[in-house]
Amino acid sequence: MSPGILGKKIGMTQVFRPDGQVVPVTLVKAGPCVVVQRKTPATDGYDAVQLGFMEYVKATRINKPETGHIKKAGAEGVRFLKELRLSPGSSDLKAGDRVLASDFKPNERLDVIGVSKGRGFASVIKRHNFRGGPGGHGSMFGRAPGSIGGSSFPSRVFPGMRMAGHMGTDQVTVRNLEIVQIDADENVIAIKGAVPGPNGSYVLLRRSKKGSGR
Amino acid sequence: MQHAALTKIAQAQVRTDLPVIRIGDTIKVHVKIREGEKERIQIYEGTLIARKNKGISQTITVRKISFGTGVERIFPVNAPVIDKIDVVRTGFVRRAKLYYLRGLKGKAARLKERD
Repeated sequence: MSPGILGKKIGMTQVFRPDGQVVPVTLVKAGPCVVVQRKTPATDGYDAVQLGFMEYVKATRINKPETGHIKKAGAEGVRFLKELRLSPGSSDLKAGDRVLASDFKPNERLDVIGVSKGRGFASVIKRHNFRGGPGGHGSMFGRAPGSIGGSSFPSRVFPGMRMAGHMGTDQVTVRNLEIVQIDADENVIAIKGAVPGPNGSYVLLRRSKKGSGR
Repeated sequence: MQHAALTKIAQAQVRTDLPVIRIGDTIKVHVKIREGEKERIQIYEGTLIARKNKGISQTITVRKISFGTGVERIFPVNAPVIDKIDVVRTGFVRRAKLYYLRGLKGKAARLKERD
């Protein structure tokens, strides 16, 4: 059993449960994935699999060392590579094995790891949830950050002071998302709730480590 | 363009058993209501004043006057909680959203029947 799968975010929609409840879902094209490398204690000191997301990719877009590495597993057209740890001594999965969306079932829990949308240079209201000041009546506070420290003492700004700066494009993990539906023919998984990143971005779906029986 | 997987999941859920309803029609919406273990049907009758087309999330707004107070309910059209919809009366209107009815009462809030 694979500890996870790689996917590409498609977009959000909603599904109706039989009892009439509306569930917001994110569709993720999960797989087909291929095991590109199987790490073992003998060769690498630990157990892990390296998965690759199979998708058409121009040969010139991948450098030669990577092409050779993928070829060793007997795979072709692999775009996004990620490694997942296996429990020590586990014997499943060999290089060249396929991991598909049908390896997962509805009601299982997933942790979704992706890269969030880039917000550019964002100020404190968006970046740190500051409240901001009044907009009118002669107030000059507006969206300004306010005081960032004392003047004569300590005469400097403390490290870690929350200020404006680059926001987004961080790795974000959302834990314990429920699988609502699986379309095995198209390799599409519908996950309850939102998933980090823009549509078309690559995400790692990992079986939840805890709380899966919630 | 919408992704094929999004279209597929929407098409699997879209309801085809509902009648054609138009803005201004007086309709009866049969809503399934669950009370503990039992399920019963409640009928909500009113004028269809708006329709928001958002694919599978499409909704309709139905307005009625209940004990002198205006009441509006918004139904997701494709939801399984809707048992069926009956058209009681058609209405002749010239706009897509009848929000102006909120400001009218009694005789002024009537609509002409469509031929």
